[in-house]
Amino acid sequence: MKRKFWQNIMATLSLLPAWAVLLVAYTGSMIWSIQISFTSSRALPSNNFVGFDQYRRLFSTSRWLVSLENLVIFGVLFVVICLVLGFLLAVALDQRIRFENGFRTIFLYPHAMSFIVTGLIWQWMMNPTLGIQKSVRDLGWESFSFDWIGSRDLAIYALVVAGVWQAAGLVMVLMLAGLRGVDAELWKATRVDGIPAWRVYISIVLPLIKPMIVTSVVLLGIGVVKSYDLVVALTGGGPGMASELPGKFVMDYLFERQNIALAQAASTIMLITVLAVLVPWLYMQYFRKSGRSPT
Amino acid sequence: MNVSVSAPNSATIAASAVQLARGRKPHKLTAGRIGLYAFLITAAIFFLLPAYVMLMTSLKPMDEIRDGAIFAFPRTLTFEAWWAAWSSACTGLNCNGISVGFWNSIKILVPSVFFSIAAGALNGYAMSFWRVKGANLLFAALLLGAFIPYQVFMYPLVIMSAQIGVYNSIAGIVIVHTIFGMPLMTLLFRNYYAGLPVELFKAARIDGAGFWRIFFWVMLPMSTPIIIVAVILQVTGIWNDFMLGLIFAGRENQPMTVQLNNIVNSVTGERVYNLNMAATILTAAVPLLCYFLSGRWFVRGIAAGAIKG
Amino acid sequence: MQTSVAIKDLAIEFGAVKVIEKLDLDVGRGEFVVLLGPSGCGKSTLLNAIAGLIDIVDGEVWISDKNVTWSEPKDRGIGMVFQSYALYPQMSVRQNLSFGLKVAGLPRDETEKRVNKAAAMLQLDALLHRKPSELSGGQRQRVAIGRALVRNVDVFLFDEPLSNLDAKLRNELRVEIKRLHQELGNTMIYVTHDQIEALTLADRIAVMRKGVIEQFSTPHEIYHRPANTFIAGFIGSPTMNFIEGRLTESGSAMTFAGDHGVSFDVSRHPELASSGGRDVILGIRPEHMVLGESTDPDAYKAKGKVSVVEPMGADTVIWVDFAGGMRAIRMSGDPTVSAGDDVDFHFPPERVGFFDQQSGVRIG
Repeated sequence: MKRKFWQNIMATLSLLPAWAVLLVAYTGSMIWSIQISFTSSRALPSNNFVGFDQYRRLFSTSRWLVSLENLVIFGVLFVVICLVLGFLLAVALDQRIRFENGFRTIFLYPHAMSFIVTGLIWQWMMNPTLGIQKSVRDLGWESFSFDWIGSRDLAIYALVVAGVWQAAGLVMVLMLAGLRGVDAELWKATRVDGIPAWRVYISIVLPLIKPMIVTSVVLLGIGVVKSYDLVVALTGGGPGMASELPGKFVMDYLFERQNIALAQAASTIMLITVLAVLVPWLYMQYFRKSGRSPT
Repeated sequence: MNVSVSAPNSATIAASAVQLARGRKPHKLTAGRIGLYAFLITAAIFFLLPAYVMLMTSLKPMDEIRDGAIFAFPRTLTFEAWWAAWSSACTGLNCNGISVGFWNSIKILVPSVFFSIAAGALNGYAMSFWRVKGANLLFAALLLGAFIPYQVFMYPLVIMSAQIGVYNSIAGIVIVHTIFGMPLMTLLFRNYYAGLPVELFKAARIDGAGFWRIFFWVMLPMSTPIIIVAVILQVTGIWNDFMLGLIFAGRENQPMTVQLNNIVNSVTGERVYNLNMAATILTAAVPLLCYFLSGRWFVRGIAAGAIKG
Repeated sequence: MQTSVAIKDLAIEFGAVKVIEKLDLDVGRGEFVVLLGPSGCGKSTLLNAIAGLIDIVDGEVWISDKNVTWSEPKDRGIGMVFQSYALYPQMSVRQNLSFGLKVAGLPRDETEKRVNKAAAMLQLDALLHRKPSELSGGQRQRVAIGRALVRNVDVFLFDEPLSNLDAKLRNELRVEIKRLHQELGNTMIYVTHDQIEALTLADRIAVMRKGVIEQFSTPHEIYHRPANTFIAGFIGSPTMNFIEGRLTESGSAMTFAGDHGVSFDVSRHPELASSGGRDVILGIRPEHMVLGESTDPDAYKAKGKVSVVEPMGADTVIWVDFAGGMRAIRMSGDPTVSAGDDVDFHFPPERVGFFDQQSGVRIG
């Protein structure tokens, strides 16, 4: 039937922009950037192929190595604390408390702010002479120090605090959705069996919301790898390069330090890291869907 | 006659108290409940503190700020920092305040939100109801792309946009936002349309409606809930964006977030903290307003975006 | 009989709505009591209140001679089986059975003993290592029952346990539950909307409507002498035939006069003596109506036209147009008439019930 054929053509045509975006903007750029990493491009792209030279240089650049180390520290702390805090907040909100909506609004509003805003506020609060450190010392605790931004060793932890402040609410929302999905009759059964609430959360509920936890870890982890805005606003990567992160490293070398090939080598490493986490997760999601159904 | 009366001990008193139990159980404020509220209030303080400090600082004159009492209420309440931030702060390019950035953000936001949602709706519609070869592959690939950090795509996109003449322009940043917004928007709409009854679509086809007619006259009118969610997600994401705006918008079109960072971080000499905080509040105002007005829709948006596929 | 579970003056509210008011119930030791009624009648609410899972506004709950009104569910000496089984999803059957005991601090060998005994009684031995997702609906429900069994309690509560199962499994498990009751002899309180379950399982049935127990009697009583038209219509399938009419007294004779000239001499019902002039409903169950002419002088005889014949295999239901409505007659075996036939039928006076037309309450 001609009409049906023509309609299906329309449908196919309507998806052409999407195909264009996928093939050119996503796939094309990705391949091109990987290609650049194998060249000796500096301020402008060149076609001079140099093999794995850029990668060798990358891993002997201290700024990159520091940023990788920071990625692990920041990543692990940020993800773990977000998970724990998010879970505890969700459990707390699940207890039929008063002002539940109010509390949820308070815990989630940081997520509506830009990373720049978050970084700048915390930068101000962590100001050694005028911020929290000064106020607490004025209260009598003379030796209190919250000077992380200025400290080479502690600057990365400043990022963790600001990051957790912004993202814990998101994890809380995901976990709460999972908690609310637990069958009410299951809770009744635990009350009849005499199992205390904390035990129920640990032995029964946590295993049930494992998919939510995994999703949170993936989303948070990828956010960590992408991190740029927060670092720029909070510490600028400093002091020195103490709080440098890979996301910032790439941007700096692409647009300020005029070393495109090195930057794209770094971005390719970022890509590999993300895919290493992503592919197993997506596979598990897909496999789970076509596999057997839960309880 | 000897009658001995023994005083009741606590066990029998307790036992008889239980025997008298009736109706509603007395609600005792247990240690657990107190601890729960203590935890919640402590957490609330942690989350509210930065906003409080931000607000307080923006309302103080500079000499009060130099006293260093960051938690104190302003002794002299003044809005001059706000006014200065809006209209006379120096953003590196000029000293016309962050209002420049505000209007730039609006100019970037409106078309970006429109195009990214339009594209997502159309893609989602075509993928849900029509048999298009390769649609599933396209969808999966787009989704995969959504997770990959922008830094991987950045430079080639810069070159491409320069070659077609949109680099450093509003058009360029709008295109970039549409590109990077497409996977999530397509996901939202595809899942939404997959949840609509297919009979609706079949009835429209039997009535003789074609691809575009069904889209505009049947599906879009039914899409209000998901459009609301999409708008919230995109307004928040695009307004709060920094990295893309920094690279693609061009110096004259810098969004508010970029200007904010310039005002605060690229200053030599003493920082004007009250102005910085006022500018920060102004930048955060739009998405925060969106958040407070949207209530449950915001949460729904997060859930829809996070529960992929 | 000693009382096992006693409810006194119970009142339950959901917000501003009074769901249950001034409810009393006494369940004897070892009795199997069924709370029966349509959805929304409050039977599950009552059961949850007995279990201590919901708050009550007034009244007392006594279990095994102890006032448990303020006790937690785990301290009430009850075990409970739920409609959705509510098994612990990530644990094996053995762990499901033993988890509560472990948490309570019971020594390992005692726990083992109880779990094995319950498993044997419910034929779960081969399934002990499996997870709930690997079990069928019937097996899951048996595990749920086993979880209640191992608690060694006096009273078992069942909240519509068979509603999630298909018809065949439902019948099988129904028999098992009855067998279990015969073997164990525990007090059991069972909630259902299915009258078959109620009639087959119960020692006594409490029929509930809108938060009130309308009748609390043996299945026999409820079937043969329902207290009002609601109960009469709820039990029995197809439902009891209700024929509206008026009682007129003339001298010592009482006549029931219905529509379309239907008239029966109902003088032999002494309990109707003072009800002359009353509007009543005559109720007679389809299975008590007999097709054909009768030689019994006492039987109530009537005629009607067959409208629909429903053969159901073992029985047949014949719908006859009589006294202004469709009346059901149930006969065993294949149908002997067809649609359009004019038939005679009769029914015995001792099977007839009379209900006040306005209140629905039984008067004879």
